[in-house]
Amino acid sequence: MSLNIPGDVKHAKTHEWVRVRDGVGTVGISDHAQHELTDVVFVELPVVGRHIEAGAACAVVESVKTASDIYSPVSGEVTAVNAQLVQHPEQVNRDPYGAGWFFQVRLSKPAEVEGLLAPEDYAGQVGA
Amino acid sequence: MLKRTPLFAVHQKLGARLIDFGGWEMPVQYSGIHAEHHAVRTAAGLFDISHMGEIVVRGGAAPDFLNHVLTNDIRKLQTRQGQYTLMCNERGGTIDDLYVYQVETEEFLLIVNASRISVDAAWLNRQLAVFPRREDVDLKNLSADFGALALQGPKTAEFIDACFASSSKQNLASSLRKNEIVRRDFLGRPVYVSRTGYTGEDGFEMVAPAEIMPTLWNKVLEVGMPFGLKPAGLGARDTLRTEVCYPLYGHELDEDTTPVEAGLGVFVALGKGDFVGRPVLAEQKARGTTKKLVAFKFAERSAPPRPDYPIWSAGPDGRPIGRVTSGIQSPSLGVGIGLGYVPPEMAAANSLIAVEIRGKQAPATIAPKPLYRRS
Repeated sequence: MSLNIPGDVKHAKTHEWVRVRDGVGTVGISDHAQHELTDVVFVELPVVGRHIEAGAACAVVESVKTASDIYSPVSGEVTAVNAQLVQHPEQVNRDPYGAGWFFQVRLSKPAEVEGLLAPEDYAGQVGA
Repeated sequence: MLKRTPLFAVHQKLGARLIDFGGWEMPVQYSGIHAEHHAVRTAAGLFDISHMGEIVVRGGAAPDFLNHVLTNDIRKLQTRQGQYTLMCNERGGTIDDLYVYQVETEEFLLIVNASRISVDAAWLNRQLAVFPRREDVDLKNLSADFGALALQGPKTAEFIDACFASSSKQNLASSLRKNEIVRRDFLGRPVYVSRTGYTGEDGFEMVAPAEIMPTLWNKVLEVGMPFGLKPAGLGARDTLRTEVCYPLYGHELDEDTTPVEAGLGVFVALGKGDFVGRPVLAEQKARGTTKKLVAFKFAERSAPPRPDYPIWSAGPDGRPIGRVTSGIQSPSLGVGIGLGYVPPEMAAANSLIAVEIRGKQAPATIAPKPLYRRS
């Protein structure tokens, strides 16, 4: 399977990615994850203003076959959510690293990002 | 070790995503569950259903034996017709739901659920051992020798005949009426083609010797491709059957649930004489049941319902009244839908209920079956 992993994201082992710009991390799920899930039909997003810890379940993605928790790869306050996903959850399948993003976090522990997987390491983990 | 159908290598080559389905390694999707679902609703889809079982019952006493173990009345069939029926235990609980075809005057073909093949065969053999005219019944489980395909969708009748090389206008699959079955030849081998299915669309099912399955599959795909035919997996099969409220064994049906409770009383022929489970089923038909299968539809966009989620009565004093047995986000209707058991007094159409999803209540309405009807 070929995976389109952008160079500017880091992944958690649990298949979420984060792209950090100016201290704000945008979080979504990987191409590999959306493929494994099958068609996404619903996304439950965290509330803006909530503080989330890295590794804690903070969103849910529902596909045709299963409901899966989404774990934030970074800690901080949720500053924005992708409200478009509520009406168009299929964006998670179509564009997992772009229009299919889930939420944004103002990083409270920026050093956490260093512990995440670089694109080639994540590709190795999922056997791409 | 998971069991594989004769089409396993074909699925791999098509890039299917394979999952464990009741001990079988089966394709859940090829291009995507939604794309395959819509292909079946608007054009055509091809499913591998080779995991299903084939049991053949022959002999002069075969009709009487089958009428003793199955709930529907086999005497209603003429040769080359089939019917939906159920097999029950003495408590009226469902051992399996199946299709039975009268393929010859004294020969019947039973198509049973994959997960129930060995249970069904053992049950039938036990019933046969105490059947008075057992000498006149020959029962064979031929599940390993046969594969099967489901070709489903509004366009299928336009190209099915081209799958079989024959200039003869006789016995055309496209001229079958619903529930009829015909024998066609493919590579010199017999293929049974019936006008049946599990999607709510027009379509056909084919039963063929295992060794010709890959060639038959490829031929059907090639002939159907110009009509929009897509290979379709078990994911789409589940969303399609849930929209039309067809039961799935292990979800709506089990050994502790009767056909009457499942709303399948029309397939329980009390008038045909005694049969296994009849006393309980007759009592339930006359006096009612303690649970009833209902279909429901969500009022708003929400996470989809799933099997085992609790069903609540609506309102401030709502309480748990049952459980979801099947639930999906309906690709055709765009909302969550499902099936579940509730007490009969709560089962009226248009009643308000709620489905508990991760501690929250999603409002829903009990709706008449089927939830989706082809236009």
